[in-house]
Amino acid sequence: MSQQESNEKSAASVRVVDAVTAVIIFAFGAVVIWDSYRLGSKWGSDGPEAGYFPFYIGVILCIASVINLLNALREKPEQDGGESFVSRSSMKMIMSVMIPTVVYVALIAGIGPIPGVGIYVASALFIVLFMRWLGHYGWGKAVGVSVAVPIVFFMMFEIWFKVPLPKGPLEAMLGLN
Amino acid sequence: MEEINSLMHGFAVALTPMNLGLMMVGIVLGVLIGVLPGLGGANGVAILLPLTFAMGNTPAGQVSAIILLSCIYWGALFGGAITSILFNIPGEPWSVATTFDGYPMAQQGRAGEALTAAFTSSFVGAFIAVLMITFLAPLVAKFALRFGPPEFFAVYLLTFCSFVGMTKSPPMKTVAAMMLGFALAAVGLDTVTGQLRLTFGFTELLKGFDFLIAVIGLFGIGEILLTIEEGLDFKGMTGKMKMKVVIETWKQLPKYWKTSLRSSLIGCWMGITPGGATPASFMGYGVAKKFSPNGASFGKGDIEGVIAPETAAHAAGTSALLPMLTLGIPGSPTAAVLLGGLLVWGLQPGPMLFEEKKDFVWGLIASMYLGNIAGLIVVLTTVPFFAAILRIPFSIIAPVILVICAIGAFTVHSSMFDVWLMVVFGVIGYVFKKLDYPLAPLVLALVLGDRAEDAFRQSMLSSQGTVTIFFSNPLVGSITTLALLMLFWGPLTSLIKRIRG
Repeated sequence: MSQQESNEKSAASVRVVDAVTAVIIFAFGAVVIWDSYRLGSKWGSDGPEAGYFPFYIGVILCIASVINLLNALREKPEQDGGESFVSRSSMKMIMSVMIPTVVYVALIAGIGPIPGVGIYVASALFIVLFMRWLGHYGWGKAVGVSVAVPIVFFMMFEIWFKVPLPKGPLEAMLGLN
Repeated sequence: MEEINSLMHGFAVALTPMNLGLMMVGIVLGVLIGVLPGLGGANGVAILLPLTFAMGNTPAGQVSAIILLSCIYWGALFGGAITSILFNIPGEPWSVATTFDGYPMAQQGRAGEALTAAFTSSFVGAFIAVLMITFLAPLVAKFALRFGPPEFFAVYLLTFCSFVGMTKSPPMKTVAAMMLGFALAAVGLDTVTGQLRLTFGFTELLKGFDFLIAVIGLFGIGEILLTIEEGLDFKGMTGKMKMKVVIETWKQLPKYWKTSLRSSLIGCWMGITPGGATPASFMGYGVAKKFSPNGASFGKGDIEGVIAPETAAHAAGTSALLPMLTLGIPGSPTAAVLLGGLLVWGLQPGPMLFEEKKDFVWGLIASMYLGNIAGLIVVLTTVPFFAAILRIPFSIIAPVILVICAIGAFTVHSSMFDVWLMVVFGVIGYVFKKLDYPLAPLVLALVLGDRAEDAFRQSMLSSQGTVTIFFSNPLVGSITTLALLMLFWGPLTSLIKRIRG
């Protein structure tokens, strides 16, 4: 690892994330086994039951994750295992993309208290804010791109390929539904 | 020469103005996808697949649809080299090895030479792979007509075991990723018993997980997150293509025919067995370095170091379609997406395809010849344009690609749930990539899960539950043995090494 990277504060080490991932996958495998068992994982009157195949998938999944977990724990923290999975600054960058993306998806059709504005308006908002805050563009350029892109997609999907995408109040107002 | 006749017939099917137009559109879109970070062959085709749903209603439309999608794939294979050479950033995983010598060449002002060599060797690799498909695929299909469920399951087993033996990731991580794919494939209505599996009362899960969503999330969103973390700023060499440089380079290429041939063979082998284009490119590079008289100059801008991986990658990417067409088993994630397309259009990939849908199969094979010629011309003439696109800052490209991914995920089933699923798969893709869990086996298991399970169930039914059926005749027995050999390839080779001292 380079000097600069080791100076950056780590948000989590590879070792920890590796171990946690193995545990989550193990839990998933256990769920698969449990559900297969519930459905019947044996030989029924007319052949293999619904859980026959998934049962073994779950078993292999659990065995593999135990080995992965042991491998992760075996790594010495001072050696490779102490390597940073993601530095704090990278984590911040990732979050600054993930959070707007989640809000964007929420805005497309609305969820809970968030109203749906349709995919075109949501895309425009997403692009303008992304460019403005993360790209530090002027409002002019950001608004230009964010309006042009959804219009191109609207033409492509609604008009040429006739694939309807979620629309919101703006399209209704313009009579484009 | 029945194949030649069939191929000529295929050319007649493929050579319509409409199809030639789609070919060009596909290639240009494909190169664009190959150049942009976050969009690759697999998720690019996955995003565009829903647009072809309507085309697949007629036999002629099916040919057009597969031509469009496969040309996107060829374009993406070509495009990956542009970013590798000019920007030292592999646009696609299979062009990582191209950066080793391609970028140093560009730094020395030999970008045009490197690009010409890369594109031409891509073309050569693909051409040899298509030749192989033309003559080998009908034989494999004819042979596979004799396959029953046990043979098919044994072939599935071979596919998945080769992943464990061949990928560089830790074997148990490959197994875990693969089983995760199988488990996700099992979610939803079990068509044999009519029971609901792993749905836990959620109606959204009834129809199961669509692998297209997984592909868009894992490869699209995941890749964007990785790119953002690396904080890429695209500072590249300029790529000017002068006709004179192209001709000069072409003049010196024939003397590397041995390297090309070696890489093509490696590529074809890795493509048919599901090694895929990425390991093939590394293997091609490594082998060329070992055998070349100027192996020492590899990594410092040797043209042979560009030829070797590009030939292998393109040969592998192309030959991955052979098992997809003849056995219904894709050799790469992108081939898996194409297979998904075939299923959506109502075509059943497998040996019967060669009997029942001759127009489709031979039209596709003919289009592979044409598409790669078109691809070579397109990339040689448009490099400056695509290099200019790369200069668009990432903070404009990233949100647009995220929007494209969201639209792509939505259009698969017109479902918002799928868009959320895509985001979740994106996070999984990011974490898996960083922890060295391979994504390709996960996707392939998700695609093949139901078919593998059917083959397994039918085998078990006919044998009344004993696994000895997978050794019941020489054919199925040898495939199963080969599969087990591949599974324990890693431990076996290290054992042999230890015995030898």
